Amino acid sequence: MNKLTSIFLLILAVFVSCDTDNDDTISNAKMAFNFSHTWDGTPVTNSDFNDLKFTNANGETLSIERLRYLISDITFTSLNGETLKVNGYNLVDVTNNEDLTFEPITFIPAGTYTNVSFIFGFKNEDNIHNAYQDLNSISWSVPTMLGGGYHYMQLDGKFVNSSNTEQGYNFHAIRAVDNPGNRPTFPQNTFITVNLGSVNISGNSTFNIEMNIAEWFKNPNRWDLNQLNQGLMPNSMAQIMMFENGQNVFNLISIE
Amino acid sequence: MKKWNSYIIILLTFIYTSCSNESVETYVSTPSPLEIPQLFEARILNPIIPNDNPQTTEGIALGKKLFFDPILSGNNSQACADCHAPENAFSDSDRFSDGIDGSLGNRNSMPLFNLAWNYDEKFFWDGNTFSLEHQAFVPVSDLTEMASDWQDVEEKLQQHLEYPNLFNLAFGTSKIDSVKVTKALAQFQRTLISSNSKFDKFLLGEAVLTPEEQNGFNVFMDENRGDCFHCHGSESNPLWTDNIFHNNGLDKTFTDLGLGAVTGDPADNGKFKSPSLRNLAFTAPYMHDGRFATLEEVINHYSEGLKNSSTIDPLMKKVNQGGVQLSMQDKADLKSFLLSLSDYEFINNSAFSNP
Ligand code: HEC
Ligand code: HEC
Repeated sequence: MNKLTSIFLLILAVFVSCDTDNDDTISNAKMAFNFSHTWDGTPVTNSDFNDLKFTNANGETLSIERLRYLISDITFTSLNGETLKVNGYNLVDVTNNEDLTFEPITFIPAGTYTNVSFIFGFKNEDNIHNAYQDLNSISWSVPTMLGGGYHYMQLDGKFVNSSNTEQGYNFHAIRAVDNPGNRPTFPQNTFITVNLGSVNISGNSTFNIEMNIAEWFKNPNRWDLNQLNQGLMPNSMAQIMMFENGQNVFNLISIE
Repeated sequence: MKKWNSYIIILLTFIYTSCSNESVETYVSTPSPLEIPQLFEARILNPIIPNDNPQTTEGIALGKKLFFDPILSGNNSQACADCHAPENAFSDSDRFSDGIDGSLGNRNSMPLFNLAWNYDEKFFWDGNTFSLEHQAFVPVSDLTEMASDWQDVEEKLQQHLEYPNLFNLAFGTSKIDSVKVTKALAQFQRTLISSNSKFDKFLLGEAVLTPEEQNGFNVFMDENRGDCFHCHGSESNPLWTDNIFHNNGLDKTFTDLGLGAVTGDPADNGKFKSPSLRNLAFTAPYMHDGRFATLEEVINHYSEGLKNSSTIDPLMKKVNQGGVQLSMQDKADLKSFLLSLSDYEFINNSAFSNP
């Protein structure tokens, strides 16, 4: 019996080795997506957290205590318009300095691509309530009364309010929702498609992508934390403003 | 051709090792993997079981015996179960537990369930100990708890009529040491799984919530009312905790620094691990120092008793007014919902009771 198993393993080993040998002839490249963060150009890491050291466009002093966000659906568009999707999603956890780099298992054939894009958050069809165990386990879900699915981003901290006291803010981005309850409605999409532009892939590549956190509070909506600080998830107007301000928070810095 | 040679060598090695395995009689205890509840299997990641301490029938049985046996304490008067009693979901009803000489610690005993799903493996209120195996070293020698000396414990167990054989069955050697004691305790504690509350049954379509419980759940999930789910889980995370450290606004200044004393970072002062909200019917008093005797007091704290400090969690709302001021109805319903997370089958499970 044991010998039979060994022979089976032998055959299996030969089979697997043939398989990988063939693969070598196609020049597939491994991709990495590395996320860094700034406040209008000044680098931000978790060591800058818990300190009222930032000032937003509206002039409020604020701190960051937690920042994590989801990116998904990385897509390469080739010259003939075909799209190649990278499997999986990644939760960038700045608070714990974890998963700042996403290394998907999908390989990309070398060549020129007219665009590389990713989704900030989940597209609606991927935003399926309870579908992802790893995200459930870290309490990333959105209540079903708000349509379920998952957060796109949690940015939490304190700001100094107009009566000069520290106050918490929860800048949580989700799919904009109205009529919370059994039959919520969705006024518009608020996941963000981030286009990185055309690229030429000749080998394994790392995309260095930067999020300017200050941009969330700036343009086109100058964010007033005194008005909008907590309870923003059930506030579709606030969600749409985040969506608008989020259009330019990500920039491709370099490809290595 | 070269490849073929190496495959033949591998093949021969396989045959050789398989033959040699057959000739040596090594004792193997009986694997007894955790039974993962349906809801956990569907919603959350698998539990953490260390490679060097797999669950076995014999290991679990030994761990259970040790858990209930005062032999681990300095004067043979106190077992783990004295402060972690099944009827209290493996916590106790005292604010601070007495050690063997009546000395009090400064923290409330913690309930023990679903410990294998603490993915970060940070144990105690302040997360000071990594892994359940390491955790079990602490109470035995803690002077305010069992006040033992590990060497004495090892000797007492080694001289005991039954233990050497039980260790042999569990670990293949009757030579007892502290590492094996803690491994057995950890195995038993990992079997303490709670997943049969009324709310679990509701999620599985086997029970119906009262209107009060349903509204209470809505308060819990509503960002403008309770907003409890950001820290205490939800139907998506049936552990009902994030196992993360927060300051939920209990104090203006801290006598117990909590996580801050562990990390040395003042930004962590006053932070404690969010407890699971399962089994609150059995685990009073509440909070790390057991300051609240009832759930009403807990709910009043979140509703109007919040105290500001620089490390208070940004999720706490209207702190300058003490909280969001829930209505009487919402408070009562929130309490009904919280109690629906209590698992009577868990506390009455004979597999977990004193052997
Ligand atoms: C004198 C009472 C007492 C005894 C005896 C005792 N404990 Fe505890 N246990 C506590 C208290 C109090 C805490 C919380 C301590 C803290 O956070 O500082 C605790 C915490 C724990 C935790 C951490 C749970 C979590 O979720 O982080 C585990 C596990 C545990 N005890 C297991 C044991 C075991 C195993 C024994 C026996 C070897 C034992 N305890 C004996 C009082 C006791
Ligand atoms: C910011 C995170 C956070 C939020 C939001 C939060 N809690 Fe807590 N909760 C905690 C932490 C941390 C503790 C333990 C604090 C301590 O002991 O110092 C705790 C303790 C508790 C306890 C005591 C449990 C025990 O076994 O001692 C209950 C009950 C509770 N919370 C219920 C709620 C309810 C109900 C809500 C919503 C109204 C809520 N919590 C919101 C973090 C949170």
